[in-house]
Amino acid sequence: MEKTGTIKGGEFIVRDITAEEVFIPEEFDEEQQMIAQTCDDFLQAEVLPILDRIDAQEEGLMRSLLEKAGEFGLLGIPVPEQYDGFEQSFVTNQLASEKMGAGYSFAVAYSCHTGIGSMPILYYGNEEQKQKYLPKLAVGEWIGAYCLTEPGAGSDANSGTTKAVLSEDGKHYILNGQKMWITNGGFADVFTVFAKIDNDRVLSAFIVEKSFSGISFNPEEKKMGIKGSSTRQIFFNDCKVPVENMLGARGKGFRIALNILHMGRIKLGGNVIGAAKHAITQSVNYANERKQFGALISSFGSIKQKLAEQVIKTFALESAVYRASKNVDEEVEMNQQECSKEQAMVIAYGQFAVEAAILKVFGSETLDYVVDEAVQICGGMGYSSEMPVERGYRDSRINRIFEGTNEINRILVIDTLLKRGAKKEFDLFSEAENIVNKLDDYLDSDPATQDYYSRKKFFIGNFKKLALSLIHLVSEKFQRKLMFEQEILNSLADIIMNLYVAESLMLRVEKLESKNGIGNIGLFKDILDVFVFDAAALMRKSAQDVLYSTEAMDETDKFLKAIDYFTTKDGVNTRDARRRIADKLIEDNVYKF
Amino acid sequence: MKIFVCLANVPDTTTKIKFADQKFDETGVQWVINPWDELALTRAMELKEDAGTPVNEVTVVTIGTISSEPTIRKALAIGADNAVRIDAEPKDSYSVAWLLSEYLKNYEGDHLVLTGIESSDYNGFAVGGMLSEFLGVPSVSGVSALDIEGDHAKVSREIDGGLEQVAIKTPFVAIVQKGIAKEPRIPAMRGIMMARKKPLEVVSPLSFDNVTDMLDFELPKAKPQCKMINPENAKELIGLLQNEAKVL
Repeated sequence: MEKTGTIKGGEFIVRDITAEEVFIPEEFDEEQQMIAQTCDDFLQAEVLPILDRIDAQEEGLMRSLLEKAGEFGLLGIPVPEQYDGFEQSFVTNQLASEKMGAGYSFAVAYSCHTGIGSMPILYYGNEEQKQKYLPKLAVGEWIGAYCLTEPGAGSDANSGTTKAVLSEDGKHYILNGQKMWITNGGFADVFTVFAKIDNDRVLSAFIVEKSFSGISFNPEEKKMGIKGSSTRQIFFNDCKVPVENMLGARGKGFRIALNILHMGRIKLGGNVIGAAKHAITQSVNYANERKQFGALISSFGSIKQKLAEQVIKTFALESAVYRASKNVDEEVEMNQQECSKEQAMVIAYGQFAVEAAILKVFGSETLDYVVDEAVQICGGMGYSSEMPVERGYRDSRINRIFEGTNEINRILVIDTLLKRGAKKEFDLFSEAENIVNKLDDYLDSDPATQDYYSRKKFFIGNFKKLALSLIHLVSEKFQRKLMFEQEILNSLADIIMNLYVAESLMLRVEKLESKNGIGNIGLFKDILDVFVFDAAALMRKSAQDVLYSTEAMDETDKFLKAIDYFTTKDGVNTRDARRRIADKLIEDNVYKF
Repeated sequence: MKIFVCLANVPDTTTKIKFADQKFDETGVQWVINPWDELALTRAMELKEDAGTPVNEVTVVTIGTISSEPTIRKALAIGADNAVRIDAEPKDSYSVAWLLSEYLKNYEGDHLVLTGIESSDYNGFAVGGMLSEFLGVPSVSGVSALDIEGDHAKVSREIDGGLEQVAIKTPFVAIVQKGIAKEPRIPAMRGIMMARKKPLEVVSPLSFDNVTDMLDFELPKAKPQCKMINPENAKELIGLLQNEAKVL
């Protein structure tokens, strides 16, 4: 699996990269750290002290917070300098997303505005549109929102029925229809709205200003969480949109929507890291204060187990998020010679669509795990609305739903991979076939080396072989009908997701050791050991699900043996490893890994 | 007029203090601008931004090794025009004040010097006073308000139970207390981007003899847990005050 050149999206499944090739969060430069600190300070000063007022949707409050963020330049981080932004790299952008992710409802308003609210215009707008809208959006003078979902068109976004018809004088498109779940809807000034022109099969996109005629809103939705985030239904009733406000070409709307979602997914991965670290700190703060049976509850194994697992998942997620984000930057740099930077960004998001879907699913499920255990660690108090973990628990839940449900994203992982393989962007199917043809050769599951990283690479290499052999199995069996076997796709996606994160984590730890020497590398190895140990067990279960559900008949025995072989791993004393991880957290009393 | 703000690079105030080999253990420590100095910087920026004052330049001066540069750069991101780093490990108040004075004494233009009243690491309360002595200029301590009118400043200083208003000619050393500015400033994106382009001069320190040596450190004893007593149970309270707290 050794090849050279920039890695393509999804190619990780057939190609190993070295630790030197990944970016790790420990490599942020001084300027990036300062930006991160500013985001932290902003939340501490402006947002966290008034969470109740934000959740009560006090009139004008969220908008004024966004405007304040704009004064600090925090709304213009990805926007080019010529439109009054700071044109920072995607990695820097992600770091800001992470930090702001700890801001509960504000985080949602912020990421909506800076992501899906502004970026469609940057990536697809013509020069006039960019000059008109971006400087206002970059400083927070105007707030952006994104209108894709309709009552009858959620995951199946292209089935929307909002219509656009050219006016008789040819100067306007007349919009009619209804959009729902519109974040920032209550106070946004400019909306990217998707609609079908005449009887088009696919969507087109329009930039719609709130001041255009024929726009009305329902009251705020009552929600389980992110209560401070404005969420509205929007009605377009003969709304007149000047023809020059069409975004991109006619019929390109669905493509725009998909590409913006690729970006949104990878950014969601960044966002949830911040929320998770925040919830871990709250968990350990409480565990370090609460006494039962005459001892702090942080001294108990059950609590340490939870604290450690929160850290392990979050640290692993972070490794994968910044690895993929740097890949996006590298891809942009590579393509920039041939097209504009904006086009290069869009190409890069699309290129890493598999990784984006993985990060969206793994990220949102990691945060849900972390906030759930945060409530549990706080016990009865955790269930009380007086405790911040209660809000964190409710606010987390939406992440598995928006930016494409996790169900859609799991299918996307496999669908996108198989399409890349079919287009021969990398050697997916022949690699898969090779592995299946050699299944009988895999007998001795010991890597025959004692070197720590060589062993880990051997096991993670086997995880890849597991995924590839199963891809071969199900592709042969179901052929074109594979996409209807969603249960099988889910299990496959779980295997691929875990191996991508495990590999990212391993490369980070290896790079850390090569940069910093052994220092406290032991703790990071503990994190890696436990993650790989657990991932192998999860993969074995998922693989067996795939195998039995596929009814491979005479191949079953052969595959069962292969699954056992490919999911073999080193034994780990997970109790002691988790205790060591938890002890560091307990000592620091704040997430500091 | 130029304002020099003396900045100490200190561990974040939430740092858990640990000692290894009788020395402060710096592993994993986040370094920040000393909170009093940060407020001094904020006030200096306000005075510069106020068109009614003659202040047109703010320079920060730090004694520290290269590891203190992120802290200095943050001051530049907040808005200081330039920075000076005197390349020495700060040893004690005396050496810090002396090194600062050796640099500041060369400046001939109209200026004043701001220092925080203390630093949050060793809390010496001594640098400002020593500095003014070395420079041979007056100092005002405990300054909680500072305004500049022409060639003199009006300062308020906290005295027991009230405020004292002082008018003083520049140059002088203002040793500032919390209250000098409301909140420390958060660097904005534009400031962060500009910080790397601003001058940061590194000055070799003159050699000096240590006048003090640190002998030992001791951590404060852990505070006993707070006990809640039912208001109807005065007996228990008295018992605890007599037997446990031993104050009755």
